[in-house]
Amino acid sequence: MIEVTGLSKRYGNFLAVDNVDFSISKGEVVGFLGPNGAGKSTIMNILTGYLSLTQGKVSIDGFDILRDPEEAKKRIGYLPELPPLYTDMKVREYLNFIYDLKKVRFPKKPHIEEIMRLVKIDHVQNRLIKHLSKGYRQRVGFAQALIGNPDVLILDEPTVGLDPKQIIEIRNLIAKLGKNHTIILSSHILSEISAICRRVIIINRGQIVADDTPDNLSAKLSKDPSLTARIVCDEEDMLAALSTVKGVARVSSLGRKEAGTYDFYITPKDGADIRAAVYERVVSRGKTILSLTANDLSLEQVFLRLTEVADNDEARRMLGTLPKKDDTNEEIDLEGVKINLEDLEIDEEGVDEE
Amino acid sequence: MIAIFKREFKSYFTSPVGYIFLAIMFFFLGLQFRMAYSDGVADVALTTGSMNSYLLFLVPIITMKLLSEDRHSKVDQALLTAPVPLSGIIFGKFLAAFAVYCISFAPTVIFEMIAANLVEVNVGAYLYMLFGMLLFGATLIAIGLFISSLTESTSVAAIATLIVNLLIMLMPNIVYWIESSKTSVTGISVKWISDVVLALQNGLVYLLDKLTLTAPLDQFYLQIITLGDMVYYLSFIAAFLFLSVRSLEKRRWA
Repeated sequence: MIEVTGLSKRYGNFLAVDNVDFSISKGEVVGFLGPNGAGKSTIMNILTGYLSLTQGKVSIDGFDILRDPEEAKKRIGYLPELPPLYTDMKVREYLNFIYDLKKVRFPKKPHIEEIMRLVKIDHVQNRLIKHLSKGYRQRVGFAQALIGNPDVLILDEPTVGLDPKQIIEIRNLIAKLGKNHTIILSSHILSEISAICRRVIIINRGQIVADDTPDNLSAKLSKDPSLTARIVCDEEDMLAALSTVKGVARVSSLGRKEAGTYDFYITPKDGADIRAAVYERVVSRGKTILSLTANDLSLEQVFLRLTEVADNDEARRMLGTLPKKDDTNEEIDLEGVKINLEDLEIDEEGVDEE
Repeated sequence: MIAIFKREFKSYFTSPVGYIFLAIMFFFLGLQFRMAYSDGVADVALTTGSMNSYLLFLVPIITMKLLSEDRHSKVDQALLTAPVPLSGIIFGKFLAAFAVYCISFAPTVIFEMIAANLVEVNVGAYLYMLFGMLLFGATLIAIGLFISSLTESTSVAAIATLIVNLLIMLMPNIVYWIESSKTSVTGISVKWISDVVLALQNGLVYLLDKLTLTAPLDQFYLQIITLGDMVYYLSFIAAFLFLSVRSLEKRRWA
């Protein structure tokens, strides 16, 4: 349904989108995830034909967005970050305008009324848009995107600035629409994407860092074999006791989090399962273990890990999509140290001359 | 295009802009007619034609927001991602402003009827003049529309359009000034320098004379409409509408 190959967009000297490829088939619900300024909105604006591209090719249902813009645009409903509303119009009047603008063929009255019911704005249809709250404006923006019943819906941060109840409503709406539409939705909130989308494309600094299901992503990245244990005990004694358990590499105390207890961070050797051994040891010392949890990364942490590393190749290596290059990494580190030493020498010479 | 036209036309009357423009136009038309009438000249053609200097100040009111406001409020995202060609958007907006402009001359029809009751009127002269003013106004609207496409601030668009219109109004004076300074140039002793300067001045006068948008209006009063004059205005309109389309297009590539 959507084919993007070698897409780049340059603003002056700034490369906002850097050689992006992806394809989305009919009926998929895909989440674009990335920190602010990662290039999500730019990609969406290019897909919808609002911005032009510097390099590459975008086709919607086989229609090139540059060569056949009208055919491509007919297939897209777009909800930009800020809903594009004429605030001096009434809701109904505005939707009629969009209907005429898009040259929709469905019977006008039932089509618009159906959409208003779907996004629950039929009771405000005769109010001026400028008098509506943020949540309602967002819904009118949604309605605007749905007019003409396009196959593809592109939603740029559809829940931003809404209250929790409205967020749930919008999510449910997207889930409902996902049954018979191809949807791309962007967000910088991972839990939102994982709640709605079966596929997530993580974008950072204009590049695609990861393209997978949310489950696979967390499975690949959240493998942290360490445990956290909360034990009713004495800190020093227990540290000593735990560090001699077979298979434990390192134990550190996380301090007192609950009265009378201490939390310990336990790292095993080579992924060994040490849960039973840790339990046995605590019990054998006559102490009580209150909880023992695996330190799996939440999806939120996965996302932070991927987008906070210095460059995108590093993130791809973490995901295993690029081969690890352990040796070269060390060399780079050594070079860095050398350069630092040289800098120091130069400084010292400067001091001597004075 | 029709959708854009309808919305844009309506928006003039859901905000004060359309009313303010029409009110000022009606006021000055009435004032001009009253003055002419008290002088014993019930010539509506003259009244109509006398509006040209007011128009230079009033047209920015209806053109300033045409494209700049959409860009400011990001509504242009809805327009530019809809399956309509850019030319349709531009033309729809142009027609909406032009429609409001046409309405502003409605009182002259009434004046003409009043005058017809009092004296023998030259309906032909009035119609020629009206036609001329509509062409002239359409040209100013096209220029204003183009300027509005360059900025996202309505006030910048208004001021820039005003400055351009002032130049248009002063053009005959500028041409006259260059023309009259010719004599002083002939005093230069070195022959070839004075020749070059003179040639430049002649060229400039020729060019600026052609750019004097108000010039053909006198002809219209004399009931002379040449094909050349019509093509002159229409080509200005076409050029600025085309430039507006390019301006929207260019923004996508920026």
